[in-house]
Amino acid sequence: MIEKLVRPHGSTAAKDSWQKGHGDHPLDRFLKEGRIPHIWCSGCGIGIAFTAFVKALEKGQFDPDRTVVVSGIGCSGRAAGYLDLDTYHTTHGRPIPFATGLKLAKPELKLVVFSGDGDLFAIGGNHIIHAARRNIDITVICINNFNYGMTGGQGGPTTPLEARTTTTPYGCAEHPFNLIYLAKAAGAVYVARWTVLHTYEMRDAMIEGMNKRGFSFIEIISPCPTGYARHNKLGSALDLMRFYKDNSYLADVLDPENTALPFKGRVAVGKFVDIEKPTFMDMWETCVVAKAEKR
Amino acid sequence: MTGRSAQRGEDLTILTGTHFMNGDEACAEGGVAAGCAFFAGYPITPATEVAERMARRLPQVGGVYIQMEDELASMAAVVGASCAGARAMTATSGPGFSLMMENVGLAAMLEAPCVLVNIMRGGPSTGLPTLVGQQDVMQARWGSHGDYEVIALSPESPQESFQLTFEAFDLADMYRTPVMILSDEVVGHMTEKVIIPPPEALICRARRKRKPARRGFRPFYPDSSGVPPMVFAGEGYHIHATGLTHDEFGYPVITPEAQERLVQRLVRKIRDHADEIVRTEELYLEDAEVIVVSYGCSARTARAVVEQAKRRGLKVGMLRLITVWPFAETRIRQLAGSDGLKAFVVAEINSGQIAYEVERCAEGKVETVLAGFMGGRIFSPEELLPIVEEALR
Repeated sequence: MIEKLVRPHGSTAAKDSWQKGHGDHPLDRFLKEGRIPHIWCSGCGIGIAFTAFVKALEKGQFDPDRTVVVSGIGCSGRAAGYLDLDTYHTTHGRPIPFATGLKLAKPELKLVVFSGDGDLFAIGGNHIIHAARRNIDITVICINNFNYGMTGGQGGPTTPLEARTTTTPYGCAEHPFNLIYLAKAAGAVYVARWTVLHTYEMRDAMIEGMNKRGFSFIEIISPCPTGYARHNKLGSALDLMRFYKDNSYLADVLDPENTALPFKGRVAVGKFVDIEKPTFMDMWETCVVAKAEKR
Repeated sequence: MTGRSAQRGEDLTILTGTHFMNGDEACAEGGVAAGCAFFAGYPITPATEVAERMARRLPQVGGVYIQMEDELASMAAVVGASCAGARAMTATSGPGFSLMMENVGLAAMLEAPCVLVNIMRGGPSTGLPTLVGQQDVMQARWGSHGDYEVIALSPESPQESFQLTFEAFDLADMYRTPVMILSDEVVGHMTEKVIIPPPEALICRARRKRKPARRGFRPFYPDSSGVPPMVFAGEGYHIHATGLTHDEFGYPVITPEAQERLVQRLVRKIRDHADEIVRTEELYLEDAEVIVVSYGCSARTARAVVEQAKRRGLKVGMLRLITVWPFAETRIRQLAGSDGLKAFVVAEINSGQIAYEVERCAEGKVETVLAGFMGGRIFSPEELLPIVEEALR
């Protein structure tokens, strides 16, 4: 049966009401006027993670004048541009150092980096481990869809062994990073992983991470039907959501070492790290400023 | 921390009086005097002393110093701090300068004012870590991809390193652009007397005080000078800034029209004000038959040669470029047309960078001679003088 695809923005009336500015949805006030529709493909999970973030802003009562979102390059990086906050869409891989500078210059601001796995762990890999080591007081939300979506589905540092992408046409020969394990090892004080199926847990983790003093890291497992699932015959977005439902398991008792994500394997989710440690600015004040002799 | 953060602190503790310091340290003190509140850097010879000085000084004046994991991160952090409203700075040399180019482009695109000190050493690649070069002049101008303009100032002494770094912050704010201090290993590691005036004599040209209305605010809508008034993160404007080609609201617009409008403005906000920005020092230019054009440490040798020539009754003058970029185009065109001038001799430690600019502006009216030295040492008057004498013939 061939059904005519129903696309809301296909009709002129709908397009007008979307693009003129805010609609009637109560969360629209967190979005910049006239920026929707977004660029994400149908079935993409970034929109769900984005909605969870907007809900976190609402439920967590974060001050929109004092919350800044920084993103890098890629599909997830486009999130910044839709939010009615101060938002910065920076260079590929550099949202964390950019956010570091911004945070240290104005510590009273709440800084969130919203970006993808390729941006944060390939080209930006060096920055995330050092920001975690320094315990810079920012929250990093990493959408992990196992590939580079924006450029058309290439393999990256999270692509599982044997998974196919446009640049791993015979299967990926490289071992992937386990982001949870890496974030913990680098020194993050809060580490959680959820899939986009876990909308409430995801939202609450974002609130918890943003309220946490220090470097918090939240990995969101997201379907990429266009770039990743297609090459691996993983099915539609709905199939992937079913997959998450059947295969994710709460694993917060596990050592992060045992939470790797094998190809087509089970997904360990939960909160893996929640510890206290002085932040960079705490140490800067007590260890540096207090001792800096006047002249 | 809040009270002392970012914005230029009231409790600014600048040095005053007469000091014996090297050019690197003088750059750092120039930044402190200008209210620099954020420094991010990475150790590299021969620029490390700037970072060392900042690590010591910034916690004394309410600023923040951070050593980043590399120069990519250093420059990104500087742009981030700038967007938060801090006067922000970094310092590096050749290899680090190359890495910083990525986010120099971001600073140009976001119009984030910042200051980048490059203590030039010999290249290419790792080259001569401890020895002088002036080979990054074109990189300063064209180093990041795409079209943009920068301002670059070249000090010839520690005293001038202080002064130009101090002024660089004003230029950065006025034109919302990265400003580079193109110093070199000789000037950076030379220790001389540096006189720092009392605070009341060090007037920063104020940043825009008037806050624009929030309703309908367009963060990239320029005023009559072509520069948009800047607002900072956390001021309630909810701006979006992107490295993508964008419209006046800051939203990405991927069209030839938006590109034309934005890039034209980014380029013209500097080019149209070149005559206000450009600074030169001129010595014995009236009735000169040969003009030595130079900058940075090379100008010190050039000055000696011009003085020697003067004593011998030779008609030799000097044009010292204090601003390397934008280029002193108008002045050189004027000079090229003056009666009696035979040639420009461009003395620099590279195989010809500013020489080509001079040649372009001379428009074939007079000869342009390159006195190019490959670096590792500053050339002597005895090496430059014969080239000047040859040009006089």
